[in-house]
Amino acid sequence: MASVVPRPHYPDYSTAAPVNHHFSPYADNGGSIVAIAGDDYVVIGGDTRLSTGFQIYTRQQSKLFSLSKTTVLGCAGCWCDTLTLTRLLSARMQMYEQEHNKVMSTPAAAQMLSTVLYYKRFFPYYISNMLVGLDNDGKGCVYSYDPIGHCERSNYRAGGSAGALLQPLLDNQVGMKNMQNIKDESIPLERALAIIKDVFVSAAERDIYTGDGIHINIITKDGIKSDSFPLRKD
Amino acid sequence: MSILTYNGSAMVAMKGDECVSIATDKRFGIQAHTVSMDFPKVFEMGPHLYLGLPGLATDIATVYEKLRFRKNLFELRENRQMSPQIFGAMVSNMLYEKRFGPFFVEPMIAGLHPQTFKPYICNMDLIGCRNEPVDFVTGGSASAQLFGMCESLWEPNMGPDDLFETTSQALVNAFDRDAISGWGATVYIIEKDKVTTRELKTRMD
Amino acid sequence: MAMVLAPEIPESGFSFENCKRNADLTKKGFAVPKATKTGTTIVGIIYKDGVILGADTRATEDTTVADKNCMKIHYLAANMYCCGAGTAADTEKTNAMIASQLELHRLNTNRVVPVVTANQMLRQYLFRYQGYIGAALILGGVDNTGPHIYSIFPHGSTDKLPYATMGSGSLAAMAVFESRWKPNLTEEEGKQVVRDAIAAGIFNDLGSGSNVDLCVIRKGSVDYLRTYDEANKKGVRQASYRYPKGTTAVLSTKVKNVVVEEVSVRHIEEMDTSS
Repeated sequence: MASVVPRPHYPDYSTAAPVNHHFSPYADNGGSIVAIAGDDYVVIGGDTRLSTGFQIYTRQQSKLFSLSKTTVLGCAGCWCDTLTLTRLLSARMQMYEQEHNKVMSTPAAAQMLSTVLYYKRFFPYYISNMLVGLDNDGKGCVYSYDPIGHCERSNYRAGGSAGALLQPLLDNQVGMKNMQNIKDESIPLERALAIIKDVFVSAAERDIYTGDGIHINIITKDGIKSDSFPLRKD
Repeated sequence: MSILTYNGSAMVAMKGDECVSIATDKRFGIQAHTVSMDFPKVFEMGPHLYLGLPGLATDIATVYEKLRFRKNLFELRENRQMSPQIFGAMVSNMLYEKRFGPFFVEPMIAGLHPQTFKPYICNMDLIGCRNEPVDFVTGGSASAQLFGMCESLWEPNMGPDDLFETTSQALVNAFDRDAISGWGATVYIIEKDKVTTRELKTRMD
Repeated sequence: MAMVLAPEIPESGFSFENCKRNADLTKKGFAVPKATKTGTTIVGIIYKDGVILGADTRATEDTTVADKNCMKIHYLAANMYCCGAGTAADTEKTNAMIASQLELHRLNTNRVVPVVTANQMLRQYLFRYQGYIGAALILGGVDNTGPHIYSIFPHGSTDKLPYATMGSGSLAAMAVFESRWKPNLTEEEGKQVVRDAIAAGIFNDLGSGSNVDLCVIRKGSVDYLRTYDEANKKGVRQASYRYPKGTTAVLSTKVKNVVVEEVSVRHIEEMDTSS
């Protein structure tokens, strides 16, 4: 096999040969999001650390954005893309409201987010998104996305830098996977809150991009309630 | 993709009260292609000493044979049993010798001291940097998932039955979220007077 | 001829027998896995009566924490300790190797080994491997000429300094020293400055974390203060995750009884090394 010999580079004698330019517009600012949906509620939690490389930008940045009174979006990944996307989404929510004279439902917002993400198929928003809210029957729902708009509805989901660490525990404790002699029933809100706090405690132990604290939104038919919880700060 | 995750594996060891556990999946694959569902990755090195080798299958075989040879020779020459601590030092030194051309395994040791029966677990990276925590060690392609599970499930002073349930649940749920490990699991609970080996019923996909 | 009971004495030094195979694998596109790094904060200062070394206790493998409470202050000799940052296995084994050479040197020369000797051995060893042994060290000790701190870089260059920091948290720690270190600190002041420097690394550098280890070396005595300060307490769980017996589905169970016939504990007298 012939090996590729690199061409010497002489700036004064440039040729017409194609030149490869590099462009790296993405940053990884870390962060994790966890959401659990129940029969009449949905809880979403995100850690409050914003970081890059080995540095912490801030210890108190909420990664949750409320799009309406029943819809919250959680974003982890490239922070500048998060800001742009959430701004675009709130504008679209407002336009919808003014055009149709009603607030967009969570399933509709979920579909819109998928479309908005796929619209940038070849220059994606580098975010792991999680959209939660109450569906048209008042049941909690969690929609999770890949960066280019694939959307999946589920009852629980972990995403972001510690997603791989947390998802199996949710499978086990919320999805009741791999257990015998156990009643498969939906869990009460208190249990869901405790699980969210516990998985973040675990994630803060092992993922260097997760820590400082968590910000939680609890969505019920009465609106959105906020909660917070401290995590280790190293 | 790293060569350590070429064949896929998931492995965990935990400390309990006067007992230790070590558990492994049973898959042997070539990347996404599953070849075998009964591939041993945890080996009995002594009555209370178990060695787990997650990593590249070819090196699992090589490293296991080398270690078995060295350990047997030690016991013949010294006429005493090797403690898990000493065994760990031997593995670590053997791996570091190949610092610049390593074996692609991240060994894990679980055992009881042959005289004091004190529980011991450790794991190391592929060039022999030892880690001897008080709670649990993880390894293989599902190690991130295992970290998350164990960090939430592990409690101090678990008896053999609790330790079995915790270890098994940690392993099974972790490898269900890893595409290249799973396909059955074996859990060893090592106690002073007995070693219990259980095969688990798991998803086979 | 090699036999099972009289095997050939293996060659000393590193073995390169897997290198060709591994290079071929790399060429096929399989990345070489990363070894555990100690993305670290390590520091050392000179104070009134000796030196104080400090280190955090986190070892990372990429972005996950591999070891939450590892020891980064290694023993070199009775009057010398050495903090290691970089590739964890390299720092550990390099220090172990030099520690054994220093002990032999001490027995040969029958005197307290000067710190400069350890520095020279470490830098020659690291220079020989041209930076491929990724060990960044802070060597501290007290000998007949007084207290010494050296910082040693992976390529083999060294600095002799009154206060030094290394690792990914070195800038955070150095900021503390630059504002608060002064000559002739008392032991209490010195320990506080070192603790604060390590804590600065722990909190502001993501590669460093968990606890603070200290090592105070005076002439003729050493205090190794493992977990001097638990900078971060692990969060407390809200719920319990114990499983009732029989939760996991079992296909088969095999019990192997181990009969312990005799337990004898031999007390070994310490070797006489007085002469």
